[in-house]
Amino acid sequence: MNVLDFLTDPITAGFLQATTRLAIPIMLAALGGMFAERAGVLNIGLEGMMLLGAFVGFSAAFMSGNLWFGVAAGMLSGALLGLVVAFYTVRLSSNQVVVGIAINLMMVGATSYGFRAVFGTGTSSPRIQPFPPIEIPALGQIPVLGPLLFQQGILVYLTLAIVAVTTIVLSRMSVGIAITAVGEHPEAAETLGISVSRTRTWCLVVSGLLAGLGGAFLSLSATGLFLDNMTAGRGYIALAILLLGRRHPWGILLAAVLFGGADAFQLRGQNAGTGIPYQFLVMLPYLLTIVVLIGFAGKVRDPAALGQPFRRNKVE
Amino acid sequence: MSATETEAPPSPFARLRPLAGGALLSSLAAIVLALLIGAILIVAWGANPLEAYIALFDGAFGSWNSLAETLLRAIPLTFTGLAIAIAFRGGAFNLGAEGQLFLGATAAAFVGLALPDMPPFVVIPTMILTAALVGAFWSLVAGVLKMRFGANELITTIMLNYIAILFVSFLLRGPLQEAAGYLPQTERLASNARFPTLIEGTRLHFGFLLAILAVVVCHFALWHTTWGFKLRVVGLNARAAFNSGYKVTAITISAFLVSGALAGLAGYMEVVGVQRRMIENLSPGFGYTGIIVALLGRTNPIGVLAAAILFAALQVGGTTMQTASGVPSTLTAIIQGLVVLFVIGRGAFDFLAKRSRAD
Amino acid sequence: MSGVTVRFGTFTANDAVDFAVARGQIHALLGENGAGKTTLMRVVAGLLIPQEGIIAIDGEPVKFTSPIDAAAKGVGMVHQHFMLIPTLTVAQNVSIGIGKAGRFFPDLRKVARDIEEIGDRYGLKVDPNARVGDLSVASQQRVEIVKALYRGARILVLDEPTAVLAPQEVEGFFRVLRMLAEAGTAIIFISHKLNEVMSLSHQVSVLRQGKLVASMPTQQTSPKELARLMIGDDLVLPTVEAEQPAGQPILVASNVTYRDDRGVDRLRHVSVSAHAGEIVGIAGVDGNGQQELAEIFAGLLVPTSGSVSLRQGDRMADVSRAGPGPRIDLGLSHIPEDRQRTALVDLSIADNAVLEQVARQPFSSNGILSRSAIRTFSEELISDNDVRCTGPDQSILTLSGGNQQKVVLGRALSRDPSVVIAVQPTRGLDIGATAFVHEQLLAQRSRGAAIVLVSTELDEILALSDRIVVMFAGTIVGEISRRDVTLDRLGAMMTGQAA
Repeated sequence: MNVLDFLTDPITAGFLQATTRLAIPIMLAALGGMFAERAGVLNIGLEGMMLLGAFVGFSAAFMSGNLWFGVAAGMLSGALLGLVVAFYTVRLSSNQVVVGIAINLMMVGATSYGFRAVFGTGTSSPRIQPFPPIEIPALGQIPVLGPLLFQQGILVYLTLAIVAVTTIVLSRMSVGIAITAVGEHPEAAETLGISVSRTRTWCLVVSGLLAGLGGAFLSLSATGLFLDNMTAGRGYIALAILLLGRRHPWGILLAAVLFGGADAFQLRGQNAGTGIPYQFLVMLPYLLTIVVLIGFAGKVRDPAALGQPFRRNKVE
Repeated sequence: MSATETEAPPSPFARLRPLAGGALLSSLAAIVLALLIGAILIVAWGANPLEAYIALFDGAFGSWNSLAETLLRAIPLTFTGLAIAIAFRGGAFNLGAEGQLFLGATAAAFVGLALPDMPPFVVIPTMILTAALVGAFWSLVAGVLKMRFGANELITTIMLNYIAILFVSFLLRGPLQEAAGYLPQTERLASNARFPTLIEGTRLHFGFLLAILAVVVCHFALWHTTWGFKLRVVGLNARAAFNSGYKVTAITISAFLVSGALAGLAGYMEVVGVQRRMIENLSPGFGYTGIIVALLGRTNPIGVLAAAILFAALQVGGTTMQTASGVPSTLTAIIQGLVVLFVIGRGAFDFLAKRSRAD
Repeated sequence: MSGVTVRFGTFTANDAVDFAVARGQIHALLGENGAGKTTLMRVVAGLLIPQEGIIAIDGEPVKFTSPIDAAAKGVGMVHQHFMLIPTLTVAQNVSIGIGKAGRFFPDLRKVARDIEEIGDRYGLKVDPNARVGDLSVASQQRVEIVKALYRGARILVLDEPTAVLAPQEVEGFFRVLRMLAEAGTAIIFISHKLNEVMSLSHQVSVLRQGKLVASMPTQQTSPKELARLMIGDDLVLPTVEAEQPAGQPILVASNVTYRDDRGVDRLRHVSVSAHAGEIVGIAGVDGNGQQELAEIFAGLLVPTSGSVSLRQGDRMADVSRAGPGPRIDLGLSHIPEDRQRTALVDLSIADNAVLEQVARQPFSSNGILSRSAIRTFSEELISDNDVRCTGPDQSILTLSGGNQQKVVLGRALSRDPSVVIAVQPTRGLDIGATAFVHEQLLAQRSRGAAIVLVSTELDEILALSDRIVVMFAGTIVGEISRRDVTLDRLGAMMTGQAA
């Protein structure tokens, strides 16, 4: 089999399609985490925001029959949780890690309770028709890039647009510079007329919007159903992804695709009957996360004020 | 409680006052507030909150048997809560108690099954030691990743949880599976590996006394030993600890080790005291609930015990509530989370008060 | 502009202070550390909201609720610690937060042109496209002033601006300030250095313990009068007495080089030693490697090459790669610059008092703490060092800076150290606490300890040192004994011109 045949082979195409499908949720969550971290807030709550986004997105879409309504609701629910995190970390200067963990643990219970409240405790799990893939003419036929980028659901295209917009916002726009200032030197930002608390709050809201969208993608585009704890640690993986991507949108995109590839690979491995116990294959993304942390932790420069609460009007 | 009194620091009032006044009161307020919000959710479900809560209380404390079930549930939560509290005191966020618990439990079950003919005084200590060592080992992995490579333990411990649980699943569906081969579980442990029950006719076992002992030992270690002093200093300010000549890496690693050992013991308790074998769904998230147990208990061992009993009561009572009023027992997970959020947010009241004054 | 009046009565950080500055005037605000100068100026800059008082600009009362309010009214502040974001460029730093360069998409090229124009007008040369973190301290200060001017500052507040400059850089800096004043800018110059105030300012106001004690034209006063106003009664600071012969070497650094994480050489081939019974003063403008050298002595940093050794009985033991633990065992005591970060832990005074010795008898035996021994020891430390507190159980972080420093000092000296590394030991302390710290260091010298005193306060270095070592750009440029020292020589060395 020559290289071109391999690249256009339906199995390879399926693998590449799956790669993107699996990469998008962590990509979105990592982009959300990036906004928070650039502004100096460690958003451990990404996992909970994703899970809530997945649940609310699914429920809203199911009940309204409109997928877009679900997407909007999922994003808003994540943003709401972002406000809660902001209240704690910005207003009360609570420990950012503790707040994030508490949010995550609570969301496991809340979404599970909510799901039973909305759909009952029966055994049949409700399903919806997820976003269908849209193949972009001509572009979709390009080997590798076609299935990877141009035979996807609409939310994938939306995500790619978000990556591009985010890049411009952060590097070209005054808000982006302000966010950097708040994350690097909050007191200086304050003297320059940038409100640290407002900037961080907005960043956490955007963080929630994106993580919520990532969650909604899981239920509305990737699967068409909701399962208890369906994020399965993706919010935490996103924290490693944004480190690997050096808190840069395109870096995050590449890092997420790498992870999506690993995930797609292990799924393929499970189906192909390799003889490897499936548990070891499922472990792969988690192992990869640890490898990434070993390789990159401490080598990527953190924003100087990351993790530190900021108090205004403190007398020196 | 005489044990804790004799160990109290020389100025009992200095320590008791905040505990009795501020901390305890705000914890109680947090619990009440969380229950109130829970009541709203019950109404949203379409049930009577008062009836549901009565059922919950009845299920947790209504009879000797339900009380015994609550205390039984408190055993693993006490161990995981202590595990996380000790790590936290040393400045490490060990979110990996769940995985450490699974591996410790599996290893203990393996050892117990391997020694079917030994007397209990050999088997039981061997199993305890194995569970603690294996739990400590898995925690050590995260500790080394943190201290050697700077990998954030928040992420690594969560990843290690998934890896450990998947590995246990592989073992229970492969090499360690019972001979009958239907369910993902080991053979049943022989009687030489089991604990005596504490109250006749209930499932509460000897492990509860070990949990109390662990609380006492941790309390003593934290406040009355050089190790505990150094651990707390490292947790509060590692740079100052280093400047004062402490071996910061070794102390942090020791926190991970002790933490993992305690988590491993939590798994052991479930294996010998409840399931009598290793099963795939051994823990409904004891390792994670332990985090909020530790937070509510303010990383104080005695506080951890109290918080563990409270959350055990919620969980045990929650099942009764579900049968009685149809309200899903996962409600208790929300209440637990709310309690912690309110405890963390106790500054919110000051903040809101200040704000209303300013306006 | 008619004047700025500030009056506010709180915990007497500033007590009903009146203050005015006119257009084109350089008004010096003089006072000791902790006199309330910075607090007052933070009010002017909108960073603190006074409980009482009125601020007026051009006769019009204004109310600043944020720095942006103050900036909009033409107040620009240059803080002691620069308010610059090191990862951004000069142009970004200058234009950030205001819509002047474009509401959403700032036109950084236009900002760069404006910066160059301001630079040409006042002799403030900076590269608009350089990353601030890559600039020298003096250039960063220029960026701060350009930033204030770009934002339309008519009142410029400079908080201890010369602290980060070498004596030779100060003259050029003053030229810029005079040019700005001639162009009509009102300048408030905060300092505690009398000679600078005398040579630069038109008007001088003196603050003491939060209160304004005097305000007069500079020409009508003298350094002597100002000093008396500033300090109050004529308190004499202790100074090093008769020379005593130095003993054997206790601490020796030879050929030490230190390269930081970013690959910058912070120290290059530094060799220095401290002998028993002498105080070695390490002088230099802030950021020339003194901090790193002190941390290498204390064991917080490991030198990239070279060696550090400490006396162990009759021989010198190589401790280059040893942490602080073994050095403490050999008799080293460290009084770090940033006590909150490096010396203290959020625990009681008692626990902090025994931090370094907790594992030893009598505080621990067989791994068990002795609470009573800890308590007895800390009570003694509190009374010996006159620590003002409610008792050994009080949380250390609730103490004032001076009292915290007394605990750190008392703890460090209670071990009868053979060598003391004291870094900026009096920074932020009032005059009484400063005198106490100096007395204690001199007592250790008489006892025969070797003392390394790192300070950017030349007065402190001159008062206490037997021998002065001057650092510049990570190297030792020279060494002067107490007898031969002159300010000119020191100044020349601090700017890197060998003596």
